[in-house]
Amino acid sequence: MTEPHDPRGNLVRPYAVTRGRTEPIRDIPIEAVLVAGSAAVQEARFAGHDKYRIALLCEPKAQSLAELAALTRLPLGVARVLVADMVADGLLTLHSAAPRTGFSERMDLLGRVLGGLRKL
Amino acid sequence: MDFASSDRAATQPTEITSAKIVIAGGFGVGKTTLVGAVSEIEPLTTEAVMTSAGAGIDDASKVPGKATTTVAMDFGRITMADDLILYLFGTPGQTRFWFMWDELIRGAVGAAVLVDTRRLTDAFAPLDYFENRHLPYLVAVNCFDDAPRYEPEEVREALAIPAHVPLLMCDARHRDSVKAVLIGVVEHAMATLVAEHEKGHPAPVG
Ligand SMILES: Nc1nc2c(ncn2[C@@H]2O[C@H](COP(=O)(O)OP(=O)(O)O)[C@@H](O)[C@H]2O)c(=O)[nH]1
Ligand SMILES: [Mg+2]
Repeated sequence: MTEPHDPRGNLVRPYAVTRGRTEPIRDIPIEAVLVAGSAAVQEARFAGHDKYRIALLCEPKAQSLAELAALTRLPLGVARVLVADMVADGLLTLHSAAPRTGFSERMDLLGRVLGGLRKL
Repeated sequence: MDFASSDRAATQPTEITSAKIVIAGGFGVGKTTLVGAVSEIEPLTTEAVMTSAGAGIDDASKVPGKATTTVAMDFGRITMADDLILYLFGTPGQTRFWFMWDELIRGAVGAAVLVDTRRLTDAFAPLDYFENRHLPYLVAVNCFDDAPRYEPEEVREALAIPAHVPLLMCDARHRDSVKAVLIGVVEHAMATLVAEHEKGHPAPVG
């Protein structure tokens, strides 16, 4: 499944983040999930407290941006900047939100969601 | 640190898709209750910082002198498969936070507008919002115990809900009832997508 655009295209450089997270990044959808491998978690130890917490949360289980913001008690915008930064640095893998174009891609997804709901 | 988990990443599917359904409606209409009835996690709350004008910002210090408000929305999660997660997002109660609504519906599968028949007029703003967006939605009347009972068609007429918008009655506290609402949203989204496809001009969601 392909993203409509590469969300890493508009990244602020890390200095923007350390200087008070001034650049809002709207590219990562709130429901898109992130995963951290254990090597990345080790690396994230040196990336700062908040980034390390985020990496730890994403190791056992894929977590959405919304979950990361809620669980770390960071405002959504701040969590989004940190997460985008971590994706750029290879600390997190960003997975895809539902496809927004393509009839068959969208129908496939809706069909899978419907099946999942019926099994609840 | 738990080094025994070092091969966990290898067991993750290569691509995990996540979808969302938006639960809209005024304050106290039962959004959090509905999300909690089917979510595998206790509904979580995430906060965004906004200027009083309603534009979203990420850092309050960037707009010194401007009053900021924190807008909260809660959400739940249903892991459907290793590679598929559905999130349910409740809109902030105050419909004046349109910015947040726009962010919430972007890329959503569809939405349910919850209605409380004791405060029907609270439903006008959410209904207007969705009537002017390209997102499939339905109306779910949350049947509170002490609320007057109406026939679905009476509610449709009172709220001037267009004929193409499905309307159903629900109890936000009950899992099966909520399941039926969510299934209704997805079925309506599929029907809408098929109809657009047959007309030959599918539009992107959100
Ligand atoms: N009797 C009844 N009470 C409900 C129902 N749904 C929600 N409530 C109650 O109504 C109150 C507001 O619900 P809540 O989910 O917090 O509303 P929200 O503001 O839309 O998130 C809570 O005290 C719920 O327990 C329902 O279907 N029936
Ligand atoms: Mg609520």
